[in-house]
Amino acid sequence: MPAVLAARADWAASAFPAGCELFEGVVQDLIDELGRLPGVGPKSAQRIAFHLISSEPADIKRLVDVLGKVTEGVRFCELCGNVSEQQQCRICRDTRRDGAMLCVVEEPKDVLAIERTREFKGRYHVLGGALDPLSGVGPDQLRMRELLARISSDEVTEVIIATDPNTEGEATATYLVRMLRDFPGLNVTRLASGLPMGGDLEFADELTLGRAFSGRRSL
Amino acid sequence: MYLRRLQVTDFRSWPHVDLDLGTGPTVFVGQNGRGKTNLLEAVGYLAMLGSHRVASDAPLVRHDCERALLRAAVVNGDREMTVELEISPGKTNRARVNRGQPTRPRDILGIVRTVLFAPEDLSLVKGDPSERRRFLDDLLVQRAPRFAGVRSDYEKALRQRNALLKTSGKRKGGREDPYAESTLDVWDTQLAEAGAQLLAGRLDLVAELAPHATAAYEGIAGQNPDRQAHVVYRSSIGDAIPDGYGTPGGKQAEPDTLTEVLLDALRESRHADLERGVSLVGPHRDELALNLGDAPARGYASHGESWSFALALRLGSYELLRAEWGDPVLLLDDVFAELDQRRRARLAEVAVNAEQVLVTAAVDEDVPDELSGVRYRVADGEVSRE
Ligand SMILES: Nc1ncnc2c1ncn2[C@@H]1O[C@H](COP(=O)(O)OP(=O)(O)OP(=O)(O)O)[C@@H](O)[C@H]1O
Ligand SMILES: [Mg+2]
Ligand SMILES: [Zn+2]
Repeated sequence: MPAVLAARADWAASAFPAGCELFEGVVQDLIDELGRLPGVGPKSAQRIAFHLISSEPADIKRLVDVLGKVTEGVRFCELCGNVSEQQQCRICRDTRRDGAMLCVVEEPKDVLAIERTREFKGRYHVLGGALDPLSGVGPDQLRMRELLARISSDEVTEVIIATDPNTEGEATATYLVRMLRDFPGLNVTRLASGLPMGGDLEFADELTLGRAFSGRRSL
Repeated sequence: MYLRRLQVTDFRSWPHVDLDLGTGPTVFVGQNGRGKTNLLEAVGYLAMLGSHRVASDAPLVRHDCERALLRAAVVNGDREMTVELEISPGKTNRARVNRGQPTRPRDILGIVRTVLFAPEDLSLVKGDPSERRRFLDDLLVQRAPRFAGVRSDYEKALRQRNALLKTSGKRKGGREDPYAESTLDVWDTQLAEAGAQLLAGRLDLVAELAPHATAAYEGIAGQNPDRQAHVVYRSSIGDAIPDGYGTPGGKQAEPDTLTEVLLDALRESRHADLERGVSLVGPHRDELALNLGDAPARGYASHGESWSFALALRLGSYELLRAEWGDPVLLLDDVFAELDQRRRARLAEVAVNAEQVLVTAAVDEDVPDELSGVRYRVADGEVSRE
């Protein structure tokens, strides 16, 4: 009787490589490292890797230099905690932004995601993460005190909580809501749902995120 | 539903297998350790996103390989779908449906539904409560895939709360953590909200499963008014569960109500939780009680009765899924060798009417005559049709 091992042609074409390892040594290492970057799938990782391999040494050196500077330390805005080239970031310096509205996010990348929607004209506060006891992150490790200080002294009248729609982000939002309850006259809202649950804010497409902004609910 | 084709690459002992399958019984016969169960495990993985034998993915990938690939053509009525799943331990698993964009594995839940009978099933009756919770939750996810998310949210919230309990407990005597209480409040909320969803799902499931299990047990063991089989959900928060929840013909469980109930229970347990450094109440401490007459099956039932109960739970699951979604694929892993004549006959009776049933056995004699469908030999790293 025949062994049923031969794969038909239509089935042989696979999205996922059928073998165990595609490339050897440093090339595979490079692909793996690139593939670990957010937003880079295995195919893009391969493309970037082979692009780099065939690039001029001077071009690669520039990239390495920039990466080196990044590891030496980037600066953060002293007000909002966003990445910044100066003491205060571009958004905090911009006098046209509405200081009455403060959007609280976990990471600088979330600022970028929200800026892309062009829905929000206020300022930000970057917590630097979410409540995550497993990683030893409690309120003390987040920029909560700075947030309280800003709310007490600035002209803030509305706080929009835009933490990630996952367990840690929801816990952080709940914590913030309870903490901010004691400020009279402060309007606290949470981004409307519709964001994919269990996800990351930055992965929400602009339309969804924009809609979540305009439909935010009061708490 | 049935699998028309199954491809397995670098999964367990298999470098590559490509099988054309059909409806009715397909039997895989071969000596011990040749990879028969591995094939059924692969099918089960497509339905559950997990193995019935191990808790982690690492043992599923063939030695010295980085990833395993499962692919199946699934026929449901007049529709055929292709599902693919890449298992890469230490990285993120990925899935694809109909050769579309890679998605989260969770997105393929519901395309393949299976009910697996395996020698390990005896531990459903004799094992720890965790075995029975897993049985319920796996069935819950197969019925309604959204519970995969609920379950993982709950587990995540539980791990976070326990981590917090441990660090807060440690500071006892030392400096008080000014944030401990308020942070714990937050995790109580997270745990209660996810827990209430899970609990509601389980209670409603048990209400529907219980009559099926009782009937299936009677079908296997015969009628005996003193030794009726009953499954009952027993919560760690006890009497606080509203009357009628989780009972056949009772009330549908309300997650909002259960959130309040769980919050109260967590608050009440907080002191003890802090002492012990773990969460002592919640769905992760609940039990699916299996009773024969007035006595619990666990610890009291005979070996044969225990087997009958395990079979009844699986047959009950099969009936439940079938009523809602059509026949799930029936996977019978080496079970006939474990059963006596009567139980064999009962299981064969159900199996022979299933749309598709995949059977494994070490020797031909272990397979009941009714199930002598298409037969494959499994030997020397190959599967060959007879
Ligand atoms: N990750 C793995 N890589 C390579 N081989 C593996 C892996 N996991 C399991 N195996 C091998 O698979 C074999 C077991 O396969 P399986 O459990 O399917 O056997 P079986 O045919 O069902 O046997 P039995 O009749 O005893 O139940 C063992 O020889 C084991 O070494
Ligand atoms: Mg086996
Ligand atoms: Zn700033």
